[in-house]
Amino acid sequence: MIRLEPRETATTTRLIAAPVIAAVAALLLAAIPIATTGTSVFEAYALMARGAFGSVFAFSEMLTRATPLILTGLAAAVAFRAKLWNIGGEGQLYAGALAAAAIGSGAIDQPPIVMIPLVIMAGALAGGMVMLGPTLLKSKLGVDEVVTTLLLNFVILLFVQMMLEGPMKDPMGMGWPQSEPIIDAAVLPKLVARMRIHGGLIMAFAAALFVYVLLKRTVWGFEIRAVGENARAARHAGIPVTATFIRVGLLSGALAGLAGVGEVAGLKGYLTADLSPGFGYAGIVVAMLAALSPIGVVFAALFIASVFVGADSMSRAAGVSNYLADLIVAMALICVLISSLFVRFKVRFVGRATGEAA
Amino acid sequence: MSDIFEILLAANFWAAAIRIATPLIFGVLGALVCERAGVLNLGIEGIFTAGAMAGWMAVWLGAGLWGGVAVAALAGAFFGLIHAILTVPLGLSQHVSGIGVTLFATSVSYFAYRTALPDVSSPPRIVAFQPVDIPLLSDLPFVGPAFFQQTPMTFLAFALVALTAFVLYRTPLGLAIRAVGDDPSAVEAQGLSVYGLRIGAVVAGSAMMALGGAFLTMSAFDAFFFGMVNGRGWICIALTVFASWRPGKALIGALLFGAFDAFQVRLQTEVGAFIPSQVFLMLPYLLSIAALVMVARKADYPRALLTPYFRGQR
Repeated sequence: MIRLEPRETATTTRLIAAPVIAAVAALLLAAIPIATTGTSVFEAYALMARGAFGSVFAFSEMLTRATPLILTGLAAAVAFRAKLWNIGGEGQLYAGALAAAAIGSGAIDQPPIVMIPLVIMAGALAGGMVMLGPTLLKSKLGVDEVVTTLLLNFVILLFVQMMLEGPMKDPMGMGWPQSEPIIDAAVLPKLVARMRIHGGLIMAFAAALFVYVLLKRTVWGFEIRAVGENARAARHAGIPVTATFIRVGLLSGALAGLAGVGEVAGLKGYLTADLSPGFGYAGIVVAMLAALSPIGVVFAALFIASVFVGADSMSRAAGVSNYLADLIVAMALICVLISSLFVRFKVRFVGRATGEAA
Repeated sequence: MSDIFEILLAANFWAAAIRIATPLIFGVLGALVCERAGVLNLGIEGIFTAGAMAGWMAVWLGAGLWGGVAVAALAGAFFGLIHAILTVPLGLSQHVSGIGVTLFATSVSYFAYRTALPDVSSPPRIVAFQPVDIPLLSDLPFVGPAFFQQTPMTFLAFALVALTAFVLYRTPLGLAIRAVGDDPSAVEAQGLSVYGLRIGAVVAGSAMMALGGAFLTMSAFDAFFFGMVNGRGWICIALTVFASWRPGKALIGALLFGAFDAFQVRLQTEVGAFIPSQVFLMLPYLLSIAALVMVARKADYPRALLTPYFRGQR
């Protein structure tokens, strides 16, 4: 039988080694599906690495892809810290993107110093507001937030489609359901000329730093961690549990909303209904790979982004389906779950008799 | 108003309601069996996809239709086993493991489909289950065409409701499954295996879920599409709470949902010019949330749901 014995302390080495081992394990496991396609595994991985790191352009693409993942990863990490299971990052991302497109498309015309903060705040607010309902329903009525946040993803995406085919449709869009382009003053600046990498990356790094400081150095951060560890004990200790849930929900939704702002105001310049290829769901994997640490989120997002960008480029070169990227990401999540076990527990394989005796 | 009555009195409306409800019946039953044993299975959306893909592909490769159903169930059992191992003996977060299984099962299915059919723009079709006429019953006016001219998988879904209810409430095994979701230490005190019961329930429940996916490709449609599950799995998770974890209520909930969905499609053709189609498409999700809110206060969760059990530990 398997027996788990809790470890006294989780050493930093183990905390860092676990997700790295999990990521490597996922890449090794992915060799099986690659092999079934008849492609050489080594060649495939070489192509992937080149696709993500092989040139300045490739590297810039990888960072561009990591930008929303850092933000959705932070959104999941901060909520999961409080055991608020926000699975709605995808919908909150679209809410943020919708607000950014609405504010940025010329209704208000101000210089960049006003427009950019305005667009960012609108997106964060919209994302946060989406979480208000599920959080209130959870804390007031005990409605499971996993299901409500998940179902809202569909509602919001449909609402975005409705807006893009109706009031927000670009009359110059050749019939495509897309919003009017946002005005130049609202565009996040490019970081490198002729590359797609944009100011959203700075926003993402700043957000990671902000969440780090919040969790480590502030009373709110302490309350979030306390509620996550044991909500009932926290309530007895006088921590305002409901208020903490609401704060965490708003913050988590706002972070995912910022991911939408970055995609609209930094990358695309307008809103479409296929803006996100599942950044919200990938954010959950990022957060778990990072063991819910805000700084870890940055590294985990870089890893996931390099898998996506590398697999895309490999798919074009070697003809392996780019669903391989999703497969690697999913396997990374399962591997990191298993590896987290080795951080928290000693795993002993013991005989049945001794297992019963203990 | 008269239009609304016309819709409700048409046999094809009720036939459609039952057709829409069928995959949900499989899904809710599966989710219910897992949760009764104390394990939330958010892998359902991926298991639906895997069932849809595996069943379809088996038939496409030459298996019979019922062979395809069996392959789908096996695929569901496989992903259920992964979820069960992660959450039962290893005690990992049921939420995160479930999301992981959904991502894994979905991406495996898409990857396998794309690898088998690299350059196909229109998905290849199979000969799917056809509606069968049940002698005498299907000749009844109104009731016949609505209820008794369905495909065999719909009848299987109804039979499974009865079977699940019988096993859960009338057999020692069912008693043990319900007990392990409420008070696992009491079950262990009786000398039964908590791990065995929970793993078995999750595997069986996941196999049922996969049948819901198989219905999509082998009965409702005759091909596999990307994104064809489209949130049906998540709706099942909501319906499970609505059904208070009871098979009979699960059937009623799925049928109500199917009736509502069939109704909105028909209403849409009446008023589609004034109201954007997306409003109607949103309704099933909003309705699910409303249902959760309605039953939240009296929801009688299996008491050990989400709580891992470790032998010899309290």
